[in-house]
Amino acid sequence: MKGTTIVRAESLGKRVSSPAGTLTILDDIHLEIHAGEVVAVVGVSGSGKSTLLGLLAGLDLPTDGRVLLTDVDLNMLDEDGRARLRGERVGFVFQSFQLLASLTALENVMLPLELANHADPAAEAREQLAHVGLAERLGHYPNQLSGGEQQRVAIARAFAGNPSILFGDEPTGNLDQKTARQVMDLLFKLNEERGTTLVLVTHDMSIAERCDRTLTLEGGRMVTPKAA
Amino acid sequence: MIADWPLRWSWQALKRDWQAGELRLIAGALIIAVSATTTVGFFTDRINRALAGQASELIGGDLVLTSRDEIGAGYRNAAEESGLVHADTLAFRSAASTDIALEMTELKAVASPYPLRGELRVSDQLFGEEYVTTDLPGRGEAWLDTRLMQQLGIETGDVVNIGALTFTVTQVLTYEPDRGGDLFNIAPRAMIHMDDIPATQLLQPGSRVTWRLLLAGDLTAKEDFRRWLANTDSDDIRVEDIREGRPELRTALERAEQFLSLAATVSVALAGLAVALAARRYTIRHLDYCAILRCLGASQRFVFSTFTLQLVWLGLIAGGIGVGIGWLAQHGLALLLAGLIAGEVPGASPVPAVTGLAIGLITLLGFALPQIQQLRNVPPGRVLRRDLGPIPASQISVYAIAIAALAALLVWQSGDIKLSSFTLLGLLGAGAILAVSAWLLIHLLSHLRTRVGVAWRFGLANIARRAAGSTAQVVGIGLGLTLMLILTVVRSDLIAGWQERIPDDAPNYFLINIQPDEAAGVAAFLRTGAGIDTKLVPMVRGRVTAINGEPVNLEDYPDGRPRRLISREFNLSWANTLQEDNRIVAGRWWTDEDEQPLWSVEEEIAGIMGVGVGDELTYSVADQEVTATIHNLRWVEWDSFNVNFFVVANPGVLDNYPATYITSFYLPAKQRGALNQLARQFPSATVIDVDTLLIQVRRIMDQVVLTIGYVFGFTLLAGIIVLLAALQSTHDERRYETALLTALGAKRAQILRGLAAEFTTIGIVAGVLAGIAASLTGWLLSEYVFQIPYAIDWRIWVYGLVAGIGVVLIAGLAGTWKVMRHSPLEVLR
Repeated sequence: MKGTTIVRAESLGKRVSSPAGTLTILDDIHLEIHAGEVVAVVGVSGSGKSTLLGLLAGLDLPTDGRVLLTDVDLNMLDEDGRARLRGERVGFVFQSFQLLASLTALENVMLPLELANHADPAAEAREQLAHVGLAERLGHYPNQLSGGEQQRVAIARAFAGNPSILFGDEPTGNLDQKTARQVMDLLFKLNEERGTTLVLVTHDMSIAERCDRTLTLEGGRMVTPKAA
Repeated sequence: MIADWPLRWSWQALKRDWQAGELRLIAGALIIAVSATTTVGFFTDRINRALAGQASELIGGDLVLTSRDEIGAGYRNAAEESGLVHADTLAFRSAASTDIALEMTELKAVASPYPLRGELRVSDQLFGEEYVTTDLPGRGEAWLDTRLMQQLGIETGDVVNIGALTFTVTQVLTYEPDRGGDLFNIAPRAMIHMDDIPATQLLQPGSRVTWRLLLAGDLTAKEDFRRWLANTDSDDIRVEDIREGRPELRTALERAEQFLSLAATVSVALAGLAVALAARRYTIRHLDYCAILRCLGASQRFVFSTFTLQLVWLGLIAGGIGVGIGWLAQHGLALLLAGLIAGEVPGASPVPAVTGLAIGLITLLGFALPQIQQLRNVPPGRVLRRDLGPIPASQISVYAIAIAALAALLVWQSGDIKLSSFTLLGLLGAGAILAVSAWLLIHLLSHLRTRVGVAWRFGLANIARRAAGSTAQVVGIGLGLTLMLILTVVRSDLIAGWQERIPDDAPNYFLINIQPDEAAGVAAFLRTGAGIDTKLVPMVRGRVTAINGEPVNLEDYPDGRPRRLISREFNLSWANTLQEDNRIVAGRWWTDEDEQPLWSVEEEIAGIMGVGVGDELTYSVADQEVTATIHNLRWVEWDSFNVNFFVVANPGVLDNYPATYITSFYLPAKQRGALNQLARQFPSATVIDVDTLLIQVRRIMDQVVLTIGYVFGFTLLAGIIVLLAALQSTHDERRYETALLTALGAKRAQILRGLAAEFTTIGIVAGVLAGIAASLTGWLLSEYVFQIPYAIDWRIWVYGLVAGIGVVLIAGLAGTWKVMRHSPLEVLR
C-alpha cells in the first residue's frame, strides 16, 4: 500500500467574498501525498494551512481545482457522501481537541465507530484508550481531564476505526512543551504501528523536522515542496 | 447503519442534554403549554357540559324526543335500560274559556317526574310574589300563565273551561323551564295534569299534538341511549337541541366560548414563542457538537433525525407531565364551580388529554424544528474555524413553518376561525411592528452613547452591537408582555364591557300586544306609575312567502330550527335609525333618501334563509304581499334584553298595516304591583317576565369570568417562561463579556450598572411597544370579534413600561448575578 497516492490536490484554490472584495486564501496548489507518508504543512498565521487541511480532508469544498482522496474526487460527492468517506477513511486531531463535552472519554471514542456501524464499538474504544494510556479514565468527561489527556482521547478517537489517513491541525498548539512532546511521541508511535498516512499542520519546526517532508505555504501559495 | 441506532442515540442524547441543563427551558415551556391547554381543554369541556346542563333546563331534560304521534313504550324501556329517568308531556293548541271570554291557549299536560331539569315557579295571585314549586297541577286543577290570566280576566280560584272539563285555576304559572322558543310567538300557556287529558275529549284523530319524552341522566347513560336511538328506525322522532332555546342565551354562550378560546389561544401562542426562543439558544449551543459529528462521518439525515427524535421524546415526556398537571388542576375547578352550578359538575372526558399531548408535540416541532433544521447544515469545517456558521435556512421557510403551526394550533384550540385569524394577524402584526420599532429605537439610542455616563454607554453599546439579537430579544419580550397585558388588562376591560351590557337595570319585563290607540296611554302610565321612560316599538306579523320572486318551499329547508323559523310568523318592525345594540355586518343602514322599500335582516336568519344584501323578500302581512329588497344585514346583541327584531323595514313600508306595540323595561321586584294596575287599565296588553332568563345569562358570565381567571395563572407562567427564554438568548455572550470585563479589572458595581442600563433600555423599549400593541389588539378584538364597546386605556402603556423594566431588570440581573460570583477564569476557559 505504501507508495500509492492517497491524496492529490490539483490546481486547488479557495476564495471567499468579503465586504472588501474577494479574498484569495489558497491559490493554485498542486500536491500529492503517498500512503504511509508523514507530511507537515507549515507557514505563518493566515498562510492558508488550516484551509488547505479542511479541503484535503473534505471538510470544505474548493472554489477552484479538485482534491482526490483515496482516488475519490471530493467535488463529485455531496455533503453526506463526503461525511461517509470521512467516517470510513479519515481521522482528525484538532488543536482544541473537539471532544463532545457531554460524552465520557469512552463515548467520545465510540462515536466514530458507532457512526460507521462497528460491530463492537465499546470494546474497540476501550482498546484504543488503553493504547493511549487512558484505560483508567474511561468514564471521565472531558472537563475532568487535563489538556494532554483530552488530546490523547482525541488521538484514540482518531485512530479508532483504522483510518487510512489522519489529519492533525496544530495538535499540540494548546499544550505545554512537555505534554506536547509526549502527545507527539504517541501520535508518531501509533502512526508507525498502524502505517497510517499523517498530515500535520503545525507551527512547530521541531515537529515538522520529524516528518518525512514539509510543505510550506506563503500567502496561500505553495513554495518549494521539499522532500525530506 | 442499524435501524435503532438513531433511536438509541437520540434517547441517550436527551438524557445527556437534560443533565447538562440544555433542555430545561424548552421542557418548562412545553410543560406549561400543555398544562395550560389541557386545563383549558378539561375546563371548557366540563364547563361546556355544565352550561349545556344548565341550558338543558330550557328543554326540561338533558335529551328531549319530540313526535307528532304518541311516543312508543319501546323508547321508555330503552331509556330505563340505559339508566335514564323520563317524563312525558304533550302540548297542543286549544281554547280556554270563561263565561265571558275565550282565548286560544297552548295547552300542556304534564305528569310527575316532570320537569327533569330546572323547576317550575308559580305565584298565588296575578303579579304576586313568585316562588319555586315541586308540585304539579292536580286532577281538575289548571295553572295559567300571567298572559292567559290577563286575557281571560280571571284570578286564582276562578274556573276555566278546557274541552269538556272545567278546571279550577289554583296557581299563576310564572316560569316553566322548558318553555323555549320565541316568547312572543307562543300562545299563552295553560298547564293541566296528564290524567285529565282523556276527559277533556280534546285528543281526536288528526289533532296537531306535540308529544315529548323528556330524558335525564348521566353522560354514559345518555350516550348509551343515543347509540340505541341511532340504530333505531325513528323517522317520526326528532331530538331537540338545547341551542334551539333562547337567542339571548345563545349569544351569551357564544361569547363565553370566545373568551375561553382567547385564553387558550394566547397560552398556545406564548408557549410557541417560548419554545422558539429556547430552541434558538439550544441550536446555537449545539453547532459545535454537530460540526464534530459531521466531521466524524455523521450524515445530515442522522443529525436531523436524531435531534428530531430527541424533540419527540422530550415532547412526549414534557407533554405527559403537562397533561398530568392539567388533569390535577382541573380538579380545583370542580370545587370552584360547585357553588355556581346547580347539581354535580360533569366529569372531564379524556379527549383534552390527547389534544393537549398533540398540541404539545405540534408546538414543539413547529417552533423548534425550523431551528433544529439548521443543525443539519452545520459545515464540518467549523471544527477548524469556529466562525463558520450554518448556511442560514431561508427565513421565510423557518417562519412559514412556525406560523403554519401556530395557525393550525389556534384554529384547533379555539375552533373559531375568526377569533384565530384575528389573534394570529394581531400577533404577526405586533411582531412586525415590534421588530421594526425596536430596530429603529435601538439605532436611535446608540447615538445617545456619547452623551451619557460610562454605565449607560456600555449598556447602549452592548445593545447596539448586538442589534439583531437585541431586536429579537425586544420582539420576544415585547410579544410576551403584549399577550400578558391582553390577558390581564384588556381581558378585564372586555369582560367589564360585556357585563355592563347587562346592567343591574337591564329590562326584566316585556310588554306586548299594546294596541296602537293605547300606546300613548301605556307610555304615560309607565312614566307616571313606575317612573319608566321607555320607547314603544311598532310590530306587525308576517310570514315569508317568496324569496327573489320564488315561492318559499319549506321542503327546501332542513328539518328542525331552520324550517320552523321559516314557517312561523315573523315579528316585523320598522325604524328610522339603527338600534344601539345592533351592528351592520353587510350593506349599510338607510337614509331619508332611500325611498324604495327596504329590509334590514339579522345575519343568522339571513344565513338560514340563504339570502344576502340585494335579495328580495316577500312577506304576507294581513293577507297582503309586501316585497322589499334586503339593504343590509345586522348582528344583534340579543343578550342586551332590549326589544329586537329579525327583520326591520325602512319607514313607509309597513306603517299602514295593523300593528301592535311592544316595549321592554326594568321594574324592581317591589314595584311588581304596578303591573296589576297596568293589566287592568290596558287589558289587551300582555306582560312577559324575563327575570329568570336574565339570571341565567348573568350566571353564565360569572362562570366565564371565574374560568378565565383560573386559566390565567398558567398563561402568566407561560409568559414568564417566554421572558426567561428571551433573556437567556443572549445570556452566554453576556456571561463571557462579564467575565472578560472582570478580568480586565472592572468593578462589580461598574458591570452591574452597565448591565442595568442595558436591561432597563430593553425593558423600556419592549414595555412601551407591548403597551401599544396590547391596546391595539384589545381594540381590534372588541371591535371585530366580541362586538363589545372598548375604550383604549392609556394606562396600559404605563403598565407595559413598568412591567417591561421590572421583569427584564430583575430577571436579567438575577441571571447574570450568578456569573459574577464565579471566577472569571472558569468562564474564559
